[in-house]
Amino acid sequence: MDIFIQQIINGLVLGSIYALVALGYTMVYGIMGLINFAHGEVVMIGAMVALTVIKLLANSGLPVFIIILLALAAAAVVCMAVGFSIERIAYRPLRHAPKLAPLITAIGVSIVLQNLSMLIWGRNYHAFPPILPTSAHDVFGATITTLQVAIVLIATLMMAGLIVLIHRTRLGRAMRATSENPSIAQLMGVNINQIISITFIIGSALAAVAGLMVSANYSIAHYYMGFMLGLKAFTAAVLGGIGNIAGAVLGGILLGLIESLGAGYIGDLTGGFLGSHYQDIFAFFVLIGVLIFRPSGLVGEKVSERA
Amino acid sequence: MTSMSSLNALRTDKRMVIAATVIMGIALAVLPFIIGSGLGNSWLRILNFALLYIMLALGLNIVVGFAGLLDLGYIAFYAVGAYLYALLASPHFGLHLPVWVIIPAGAALAGIFGALLGAPTLRLRGDYLAIVTLGFGEIVRIFLNNLNAPVNITNGPQGISGIDPIHLGGFTLAKPISLFGFTLPSLHAYYYLFLALALFIVFVTIRLENSRIGRAWVAIREDEIAAKSCGINTRNIKLLAFTMGASFGGVAGGLFAGFQGFVSPESFNLMESVMVLCMVVLGGMGNIPGVILGGILLTILPEIFRHGSGPVQVAIFGKILLDPEALRMLLFGLALIVVMLYRPAGLWPSTTRRREFRGDSTNDVLKEGE
Repeated sequence: MDIFIQQIINGLVLGSIYALVALGYTMVYGIMGLINFAHGEVVMIGAMVALTVIKLLANSGLPVFIIILLALAAAAVVCMAVGFSIERIAYRPLRHAPKLAPLITAIGVSIVLQNLSMLIWGRNYHAFPPILPTSAHDVFGATITTLQVAIVLIATLMMAGLIVLIHRTRLGRAMRATSENPSIAQLMGVNINQIISITFIIGSALAAVAGLMVSANYSIAHYYMGFMLGLKAFTAAVLGGIGNIAGAVLGGILLGLIESLGAGYIGDLTGGFLGSHYQDIFAFFVLIGVLIFRPSGLVGEKVSERA
Repeated sequence: MTSMSSLNALRTDKRMVIAATVIMGIALAVLPFIIGSGLGNSWLRILNFALLYIMLALGLNIVVGFAGLLDLGYIAFYAVGAYLYALLASPHFGLHLPVWVIIPAGAALAGIFGALLGAPTLRLRGDYLAIVTLGFGEIVRIFLNNLNAPVNITNGPQGISGIDPIHLGGFTLAKPISLFGFTLPSLHAYYYLFLALALFIVFVTIRLENSRIGRAWVAIREDEIAAKSCGINTRNIKLLAFTMGASFGGVAGGLFAGFQGFVSPESFNLMESVMVLCMVVLGGMGNIPGVILGGILLTILPEIFRHGSGPVQVAIFGKILLDPEALRMLLFGLALIVVMLYRPAGLWPSTTRRREFRGDSTNDVLKEGE
C-alpha cells in the first residue's frame, strides 16, 4: 500500500510539472491553433540557465532561497526572450501559410535550440548542486521531500495565478477574445500581435519554472531533456482537451499519475515481461487512445474534423 | 532529378527524350566512379545513403505529399524493414535467408505496420495525426530498445551486428565482384543495386500518381468530404496510402541493414523521421522531382557541414572552437527555418501547388478553362 501512495506522490509531482509545460502548449494552441513544437526546448533552456546560475552562486554564501529566486528570474528572462523571438521569427511570418510550414519551422527551431544549447553547455549531463534541503516527511508510510512539496505548491500557485489572469483581467479577456475569433477581436480594438506575443511570453515563463523544477527533481539537466518532456506535456494538453486551460492542468496531473503508477505496476501486470523502462510508452498509448476515442480531450470543446 | 525536368519540358519531342534518358543513364552509371576516385569512398557511402533516403522520401511522399496525411513516425517502417533483415540474416538467430525472401517480406511486414498505424488514425488530420504518428514511431523504437528481456529478440540498445551483406545469386556485394575480367568494388555494386531499386520506386510512384488511386489520394488531400461524396472510399484509399508508403520504407530498411551490417534502435529515432519529412516538405510536397531533390540535398548538406565545419573553424580561429556535430545540426535547423520562411511550398513545388500558394488557384483554373 505504501508503494501505491509513494507512486501517487511521485505522480503528483511529475504531473504538476507536466501541467505547467502543458499550459504553454495549450495557450498557444488556443490562440493560434498551432502546436508550438519548440516549447519543450524552451523548458530545457530554462533548466540549463537556472542550473548555470545556481552553480555560479552555490558557494557564494547567499541563502538557498535567494539563489533559487535569482536562478528562476534569470531562467524566466531568458525563456521569455526565447519564446518571444520564436514567435516573431518562426511563426508570425507564416501565420497564413498552410499548416505544414509552421510545423517545419517549429522543428527547425527545436533543432536550433537543442544544438545551440549543446554548443553552450556541452553534451554532458549537468548535476544539480546539492544545495536544496533534503528533509523528507512521512505520509501514510510513504516519503515526500520538501522539494516535492515545494514543486506541487508552486505549480498550483502559478496555475491559479494564470487562471485568475485569464478570467479576471483585461489582458485575459483580450486573450480569450483572440482565441475565440482573432479578426473580430481585432475589430474590437485588441492588438492581436501583442496578445500573441504576450501568450508566448507567459507560456515561456511557465516553462522556465517547469525547467527549474525538472532539473531540481531529477537533480540533472541535459541539452536533450526538452524533447521527451515537451512530448509528454503535449500529450497532457491533448488529454485534457487542447486549448483548454483547466484541461491542461487536469491532463498534466492525470498523465503524471498514469505514468508513475504504470511504471510501478507494469512489471506485476505483465508477469515481468515488460519492465519499468517502458515508462515512456504510457504517454504515447494514452495520447493515441485519447485521440481515437475522445479527440476533444476530457474537458475540451468539440473540435472540428480538420483540427 | 534533372532528367525529370528535361522530361517534362521535352515531352513533345520523343527523340530528345530518348537522348536525355541515355545521357542521364550514362551520368548515373559513371557517377560512382567519378565520386569514388574524386572524393573517396566516404562520399560514395554518402551517395548510397542518399539513394536510400530518396526511397524513404518517395514513400513518405505518398502519405504526406499525395494523400496529405502528416506522418512524423515514418522511420518506424524503415526500422521494421531493417530489423526484419537483421533477424532473418544474421548470427543473432542463426538464420541466413536469401535477400529475395527478406526484402519482399520486409515490404509486406512494413505495409502491415502501416495499416496498423493507419486504421486507428483514420479520423485524425493535421497536427493531431502528426503527434499520433510521432508517438507510434517512438513506441516502435522503445520496443526495439527494450525487447531484449526476458526473451532476447532485438538485442536491446546494443543492436544486432554481423548482419549478412546483400548477396545476389552467387555474388556477395560485400566483396569486389569480378565479372568478365572487370572488377566492381563493393560500394559501387551497392550503388547500382540501390539505384535500380530507387529508379523502380520512382517509376512506381510516377505510375501511382497518374492512376485512379493517385487521383483519389490528391482528392482526399484537397477535401476529404468532397472526395467521399464523389464516391471515393476514403477509408480504404487512406489505408492504402499508409500501407504503400510504409512498404517503400520497409524495402529501404532492409537494404540499409544489409549495407550497414549493423542495426540499433538509435538509427531510428525521431530525428530521422523529421529528416525524411523535411526532405519531402523542403523538396516540394507531392512533386516527385522535388522530393528526390530534397532527399539528395538533405543527405549531402549535413555531410558537407560535418566535413566542412571543422577545417573552416581551424582556418578562421586556428582551432576547433565549436563542436562540429552541434554546429552541423544548428546550421541544418537554420536552413529549415529560412527555406520555410522564403519558400513555404518547397524548393521545387508541383505546378498545382505553386498556384495554390500564390492564392489565385481559381482564377488560373478559370483562365485555363476559357
